[in-house]
Amino acid sequence: MSAGGARALDLARDIAAGERSAVAVAQAHLDRIAEHDGLVHAFNVVTADAALARAAEVDRAVAAGEPVGPLAGVPIAVKDNLATRGVETTCSSKILQGWVPPYDATVVQRIAAAGAVVVGKTNLDEFAMGSSTENSAFGPTRNPVRTDRVPGGSSGGSAAAVAADFAPIALGSDTGGSIRQPASFCGVVGVKPTYGLVSRYGLVAFASSLDQVGPFANSVADAALLLDAIAGPDPADATSIPQAAEAVLPRLDEGVAGLRVGIVSELLGEGIAPDVAARVREAAEALAAAGAEVVEVSVPAVTYGLSAYYLIAPAEASSNLARFDGVRYGLRVDAPTTNEMMVATRTAGFGDEVQRRIMLGTYALSAGYYDAFYGKAQKVRTLIGRDFAAAYEQADVLLSPTAPTTAFELGAIADPLTMYLNDICTIPTNLAGHAAMSVPFGTGDDGLPVGVQVLAPALGEVPMFRAAAVVEAAAPAPAAFEIAGSK
Amino acid sequence: MSEPRVPTDSLGNPITVPDSHDVLVVEAADGSRWELVCGLEVHAELHTVTKMFSAAPNSFGDEPNTNVDPVTLGLPGTLPVVNEAAVELAIRFGCAVGAEIRRSVFSRKNYFYPDMPKNFQISQYDLPIVVGGELELTGGHVVGIERAHLEEDTGKSTHVGGDGRIAGAEYSLVDYNRAGVPLLEIVSRPHVRSAEQARQYVAELRAILVACGVSDGKMEEGSLRVDANISVRPEGSDELRTRCEIKNVNSLRSLVRAIEFEASRQADLHAAGEPVVQSTRGWDEASGTTVLMRTKEDADDYRYFPEPDLVPVDPDPARVAEIAASLPLLPSARRHRLAERTGAAVTDESVVAVVDRAQDDQAVAAMDAGGDPARVLVHVTQNLAGEGGADLPPGRLAELVALETAGELTATQAKQVLTELVADPSRTAAEVAKEKGFEAMDSGALESVVDGIIADHPDEWSSFCGGDDKARKKLSGFFTGKVMQATKGQADGRQVAQILARRAADA
Repeated sequence: MSAGGARALDLARDIAAGERSAVAVAQAHLDRIAEHDGLVHAFNVVTADAALARAAEVDRAVAAGEPVGPLAGVPIAVKDNLATRGVETTCSSKILQGWVPPYDATVVQRIAAAGAVVVGKTNLDEFAMGSSTENSAFGPTRNPVRTDRVPGGSSGGSAAAVAADFAPIALGSDTGGSIRQPASFCGVVGVKPTYGLVSRYGLVAFASSLDQVGPFANSVADAALLLDAIAGPDPADATSIPQAAEAVLPRLDEGVAGLRVGIVSELLGEGIAPDVAARVREAAEALAAAGAEVVEVSVPAVTYGLSAYYLIAPAEASSNLARFDGVRYGLRVDAPTTNEMMVATRTAGFGDEVQRRIMLGTYALSAGYYDAFYGKAQKVRTLIGRDFAAAYEQADVLLSPTAPTTAFELGAIADPLTMYLNDICTIPTNLAGHAAMSVPFGTGDDGLPVGVQVLAPALGEVPMFRAAAVVEAAAPAPAAFEIAGSK
Repeated sequence: MSEPRVPTDSLGNPITVPDSHDVLVVEAADGSRWELVCGLEVHAELHTVTKMFSAAPNSFGDEPNTNVDPVTLGLPGTLPVVNEAAVELAIRFGCAVGAEIRRSVFSRKNYFYPDMPKNFQISQYDLPIVVGGELELTGGHVVGIERAHLEEDTGKSTHVGGDGRIAGAEYSLVDYNRAGVPLLEIVSRPHVRSAEQARQYVAELRAILVACGVSDGKMEEGSLRVDANISVRPEGSDELRTRCEIKNVNSLRSLVRAIEFEASRQADLHAAGEPVVQSTRGWDEASGTTVLMRTKEDADDYRYFPEPDLVPVDPDPARVAEIAASLPLLPSARRHRLAERTGAAVTDESVVAVVDRAQDDQAVAAMDAGGDPARVLVHVTQNLAGEGGADLPPGRLAELVALETAGELTATQAKQVLTELVADPSRTAAEVAKEKGFEAMDSGALESVVDGIIADHPDEWSSFCGGDDKARKKLSGFFTGKVMQATKGQADGRQVAQILARRAADA
């Protein structure tokens, strides 16, 4: 059988009914990985043996009439910054190469409990710092839609894995757009849930107050299926929302009649490619045609999002990444003294972008600079929350581009600041702690996928998914592609 | 030369230094006189089952690196979760010293050290949970508390080779059993004015922590650690001069020595016109001196910022009130109670000693059972300090004191009966007294014994009758001794003295 295009919902239903073999499904996806991942490089590690064993266990449970979960036998790719017991977890960094966690991240436990079959760990920008997956110590991932293009980042490996049908669903993490922007570039659905909806326990931290784990899928419904499986309180994460999460999947088909949709005017002007802006307006028209009330809203403070983000995220990162010192795990570069060993290890182990952000963040937190930088950035954060709150008085969900452009060529952007601009539409959501998702909607003038971003206030996942389902239904059918090219 | 003043403390409150009747004043080499200003920082390990932010056991003395889990080791992806029991213990302490319990925020204190798994310590910075409060010392002096905050302990490094410090070591071993153990850092105001007050402060703090079940308070195991912030100023001035922080003080005795040494060192520097450099110094037990560890210039910039993995701790006032109501009677309240019952001063040595030994409940119960308070206090202080003394049922003590005050037992006899009662409290005091043959003599019998002794020693008797006070006192002892000999100690000394006085007046 072929792996191509199968939806997670269908696979889970058929496998649970005994109509398909989980082993056969896993093998088909592993075959496809074997065929194409040499070029795409979505995975840092493919866990073929473990996946087949796990799939066999699902088949056995089905045959024995035991209950199986909502993701029974569904292959899933896991971003390589989520701790997996017994499987190397590197964050695509030399400093963690060879580190095998003795524990599973909460989300990894939850997908396992739901019956999913992990096929491998996916490539990312080192420690999730980047927007192209070119900052990986193990080489870049290519966009399967057109392999001379980047898949976006930092969850480029997970986005590419889903786009390439290496797995119907994948887990990523989103700190400033790291799920949504690669979803947009690769033509898949990507969701950044409300901060605290999904446990961060076991997600190797980049910026703790912004990080959130979320799903990738080839459909809005599959994304809802995966989100429902991972959402909910976790006593191991003090920032997780203590109330039980509301299931999204059962409410997907409720439509948008009477839903107020606001187009964010600040995110459709300067810096946004005209073809991308045009797709957003078309998606808005589709929502209006389905009965939504579409208005234009202003969220003035989003224009400061990027500046605030590049103080807050590096500040937290500088502290979060301090533990990588060669003392307990990962890389150690020997030197005459402990201090020199730490310096040598960190110098050799971290890539340029990581070192740049650690230095930036260390500076922003330093005595005498804290108020001017970190303190001020936190005030901007408050302002963004306030402006969003005002916008959500007028609209239930908001609409914007996910990224300013379609996928760019590998190596095209060398300047870090230009790279940072990729995230102007996604960052404000992380700063506010809100939810947002990217839904494919047609292509740009270059024929590459465009993503439309649906934004919602905290715990607004249900209306967000309802709007996303309507956008998905109205989207032009994606062009078929063959994974082709040379390394 | 006076250093610039530091007018406020870490919470923005003005710094005040109270006067005291026993301020330590040291004399510098040139004869100038300098008085001590001292504040103490006490780190108390909290008596919890698990660690501050993880479920790993909080237990001392186990095999290295056995009380660890992924959170303790700071493994990538792990997150801290606040131990509610530790928060409750901090609140207990706060209530015990009359402090305010506030909404508090954890922050990260960032610096690199191999025994700190995350290379930052989670602590409370500008918003601690406990603010204010005070301690009344056994000597009567009152020391204000600035704040107390929760934090996690570090691991323990052993540097092998070289001189035992990390610099120059061949290699280092790290034990993370202690990493993440909950600590309460209790910061006093600079209200400590003498080394003796410092000793009393730490002893009192320890007693409170133990009484409330907050900490086991073992300085020798490091579960109570003391740093002293010390400065001196010209006697009688109200300046605040540059201070030094003294670490590695491992006993109350060392604390006293370290303060006295450091005050003299700084006084000599000031007197010689040399600067006292703000620094951290270590107490060296062997040499009896403080040794420079680092100056403020070398200090790390800790880059504090609010810990994003945790939410603020905002205790429910109703819960705080519940905790306050559940506290046991604390040492200073116990001393006041005992002082009031006995009429002694609250700083009286007996009162302090009995409360320190936690025998005041026993004493008060004996008084409640009718024992004369002054005699009860004497017996508990002097005769029940030994093994088993604290276990003597208060009713037995009350019986004994009743026999004594009724004149049926002498002080000497009472002490002997008490010893028997401690060994076996199943019999009454009266039964023991009877067994030992301690029967009160009737006064007629005693008078005839005294008369017999007088008749046997005519020379001494005439000297007694005609002598001055001194001779009379001496001979009174002589006659009493003879009477005691003759009665095998059953006579009451006071009664003998009365009979002698009467006979002399009649002579």
